[in-house]
Amino acid sequence: MPENTDSKSVQWSPKVVAFVCNWCTYTGADLAGTSRLKMVPNVRVIRLNCSSRVNPLFIIKAFERGADGVIVSGCHPGDCHYSTGNYYARRRFAVLYDLLDFLGVDRNRVTFSWVSASEGNKWQHVVNETAERIAALGPFRPFAEKCGEMR
Amino acid sequence: MKELRELARKLLSEGTVKVVIGYEEGVRGVRAAFITDAAECDSLIFDHRCVQNLVAYLNPRRKQITQLGKPAIVVKGCDARSVAGLLREKQIERGNVVIIAARCGGVLEDSTSGVELSAETVSVRCGGCETREPKLYDYLIGEAQPAPPVNLRRVELIAKLKKMSTDERWAWWNEQLSRCIRCHACREACPMCFCVQCTADKGQPQWIDSSATLRGNRAWQTMRVLHQAGRCVDCLECERACPEHIPLGLLAGFVGETVKHRFDYVASDDPSLRAPLGIFSNDDEEEFIQ
Repeated sequence: MPENTDSKSVQWSPKVVAFVCNWCTYTGADLAGTSRLKMVPNVRVIRLNCSSRVNPLFIIKAFERGADGVIVSGCHPGDCHYSTGNYYARRRFAVLYDLLDFLGVDRNRVTFSWVSASEGNKWQHVVNETAERIAALGPFRPFAEKCGEMR
Repeated sequence: MKELRELARKLLSEGTVKVVIGYEEGVRGVRAAFITDAAECDSLIFDHRCVQNLVAYLNPRRKQITQLGKPAIVVKGCDARSVAGLLREKQIERGNVVIIAARCGGVLEDSTSGVELSAETVSVRCGGCETREPKLYDYLIGEAQPAPPVNLRRVELIAKLKKMSTDERWAWWNEQLSRCIRCHACREACPMCFCVQCTADKGQPQWIDSSATLRGNRAWQTMRVLHQAGRCVDCLECERACPEHIPLGLLAGFVGETVKHRFDYVASDDPSLRAPLGIFSNDDEEEFIQ
């Protein structure tokens, strides 16, 4: 993104919003916490009932309000607490993933993942890897500021 | 044309329908006609200028038209897919509408011109038409038509956009979407936008900036096109309705490509087929998921 002067300043560190499902990823993140796995503190977790609860608008809204990256994570296919929620979510995210790219949003800012309740290590990896990737990309200001200008 | 007029006259005078929604000669090209009197049926026309998708007028949200009574509607094969969409989503009942399908061999992009069909003038959606022989109808009129010419303008533009870098695409779309005045004409013209309350109109919580900021415009178009994914029949009414000439058909075309590529689905005229985002398959691709 243009004019990322902020990324050089000391204060900036990526803000990542994670939409996670209550039954797998949230529990997995909890496990990562209780196992005292080291994770960067850039990720804000928002717990939802299911990954299919994630409206693509949530992701857009997060970017609008200053998030530099978004993680969406739920149960592995076949493991959904509501049997099929994540399958529907997968179709929706597939379209969103392609559309974001077509509209010029760097897809590397969005991470989709499946993390089960026992995969504390995987959650640690997702968080660290995403934060690192976003840090390299720099702040995502265009959505928050440039797009906010009145025409 | 005679066939169409006689059929309309018969339906109206027998009282089968109360209104025939079709095309008539307007001041600027072809426009929609709402014929309620059998004596007026001679103004109905159908030719290669009839680009509009009239199914938006079946939309139950349009009270001023539904109050006229049971309609008969003139559709092209491609528009019949919108009727199928409304049937599929239980917005209308099959018994409450008479579908007059006209065989069509391609329509002009600009209905005001009246020139011959060619690769330059034909609508971009006519290329590779598979609905020249409509399947969903009560009455089928017209003669079998030859395949329309193919207008590659949109395909080429999408390919060009795909070749750009992400930042270039971002800038390109900013340029387009900054013109949006948020009149929501794209929504009003769309046969598949029938929500009683649109998310874009919600104030508590407000999901989308209601003023014409680039931020709100981006969110609005992203949402609109996502809601249309797998339901859009690519009639391009949104693009035609846009007073700022934003190439909304590109979004429709791109999402159509995505849905076809990922879910092997093209908007169908079979109302019993379910839309791809309302179903799933166990082996959907998930190359983008970690």
